[in-house]
Amino acid sequence: MSSTTSPLTHAVRPDGPLARVRTWWTILRICLEERLVYRGDFMLGTLMRFLPVITQILLWSAIFDANAEASAASGVASDKPVMIAGYLYGDFIAYYLMTMITRAFSSMPGLASLIARSIRDGTIKKYLIQPVDMTGFLLLSRVAHKLVYYLVATIPFAVIFYLCRGYFLSGWPDPLTFLAFLASLAMSFLLGFFLDATIGMIGFWFLEISSLMFIYMLMSFFLSGQMFPLDMLDKFHLVGSVTWGDVVRATPVQYLAYFPAAVFLGKIQDTRLAWGLAMQLGWLLFFVWLCRSAFRRGVRRYSAFGG
Amino acid sequence: MIRGSLDTEPVETAAMHRPFLIAPPPPQRPKYLRVFLTFARNSLVRAMTFRTNFLLECITSLSWVGMNLSFYLLVFQYTKSVGGWGQYQYFVFLATLQLINSIVEALFMPNAEEFSELVRTGELDFALLKPIDTQFLISLAKIDWSSLANFLFAIGLLAFSLFKLNVFPGFAAVLLYPLYIVSGVVILYSLTITLAASTVWLGRNQSIYDFWFYITNFSRYPMEIYRGPIGGALGWLFTFLIPVLVVVNVPARLLAKPLEANQWPLALFALAATVLSFAGSRWLFLRALNGYRSASS
Repeated sequence: MSSTTSPLTHAVRPDGPLARVRTWWTILRICLEERLVYRGDFMLGTLMRFLPVITQILLWSAIFDANAEASAASGVASDKPVMIAGYLYGDFIAYYLMTMITRAFSSMPGLASLIARSIRDGTIKKYLIQPVDMTGFLLLSRVAHKLVYYLVATIPFAVIFYLCRGYFLSGWPDPLTFLAFLASLAMSFLLGFFLDATIGMIGFWFLEISSLMFIYMLMSFFLSGQMFPLDMLDKFHLVGSVTWGDVVRATPVQYLAYFPAAVFLGKIQDTRLAWGLAMQLGWLLFFVWLCRSAFRRGVRRYSAFGG
Repeated sequence: MIRGSLDTEPVETAAMHRPFLIAPPPPQRPKYLRVFLTFARNSLVRAMTFRTNFLLECITSLSWVGMNLSFYLLVFQYTKSVGGWGQYQYFVFLATLQLINSIVEALFMPNAEEFSELVRTGELDFALLKPIDTQFLISLAKIDWSSLANFLFAIGLLAFSLFKLNVFPGFAAVLLYPLYIVSGVVILYSLTITLAASTVWLGRNQSIYDFWFYITNFSRYPMEIYRGPIGGALGWLFTFLIPVLVVVNVPARLLAKPLEANQWPLALFALAATVLSFAGSRWLFLRALNGYRSASS
């Protein structure tokens, strides 16, 4: 039997672009199916994630009412509605709802710890001996995870947003702003992925990185803007006219929640919007590079023992 | 293998597992306090074996509390009061919340997390065989000493806020505050046990522990913010059906707003709710154990 009749030669060349697409497609399909196993759990989890939003709405409603009462009691009769850090009450609630969406894109639960663990216990070998790029594989599995998540979460999200549509005081943004929002949302997914993956890669140098991961989680929780709009920090000045808000907005974590939400609500416009998107792209490229080079260098110094 | 012998309390039936004895010795009442102290000592020894880790855990839980506190510090830069609670009154509330949470986290959380694993693997068999109340055993076997850091921090915050408020708690408050802290802990514990019981029936448990977090989230705010049609309904639900709202609100009010006369009905209700939820969760737990089938053989 000559080698030309071997079925292998009729197959797609293993290094061709078509083969690569096919590999990725297979990986994506496997991950999708894996994810759909727990769809009931998923749906319940998504719905429950809105419960804290209810208490946030109630809390801010109490705060705005207290401020309205205070200004009424001070005797200054004004028709001006109460604002906090440039946000009306409706803006505040709309902001929290929008951060739910941005976090649905940018949060990567368990990614960094997964990478660090696979380095520590040696399961990373399975990526090293196969012709599959680990970062690419993990990225695809996250894409699958998110796709399933959106598939299942669309219904609860739509219901909640429909019920809360009154809080979006200025309605839908104009098409250009909306496009900018979509772009920043897509980038926030990638930025979230590569930021988390980079943190996980530190595991090549330190065996135990859980406290490091904790610091990152704390920072991304507090400074990404999912607890409060970062504009609230503009009250505090660092030096001269530079506020703490400016400092936090210079970090990459603001793109994980604050930036896309503020863009949607029209808080960031024109040159600031263009500059913000460019900065986000810059941070994204930086972390893609950092993650890749950390992986390359990490693999070079990686050694596995035992069998 | 164990089913059938568990139709009554497992403690009383423990002797029935020794069929080879012709005359079983009279069941000896276990010394619960001594067993608990042994658990506490063992956990402390384990914590002190990895001291750096222990220190890190303390710092970790403290930073969560610090972050929460900074959020409210920020909020009070923009308002004078939240639902009628001034800044330091609100900090009394937060300190009380932290006090109760740190006790629950120290005593029950590590065990609750383990319980579903015991059910899944079938290792609950071993807990059932021990001649001691099963609920006691699975609730307190491990104690997380690092929550002590939060506990101390909460006491500090409480003292500082009371000093700032210029409130010196009266005799009744000094007596009642610890009582209501304990009552709050018992209500949260009952919720934990109820959810643990449901893992016996439902198997997979991830969403259930999320559920615990999301329910107790409602206890983290003063009652006054539950207004309006939805807020009012939620306030009613979490006061009377799942009484998590009284957990922090009653003791915090005792100290921060001692002059409000209308708090006594709520305070009395809190005691009734404590007794009822404890009894109810105990009943549910024993029912759940009845339905338990071991994982293997």
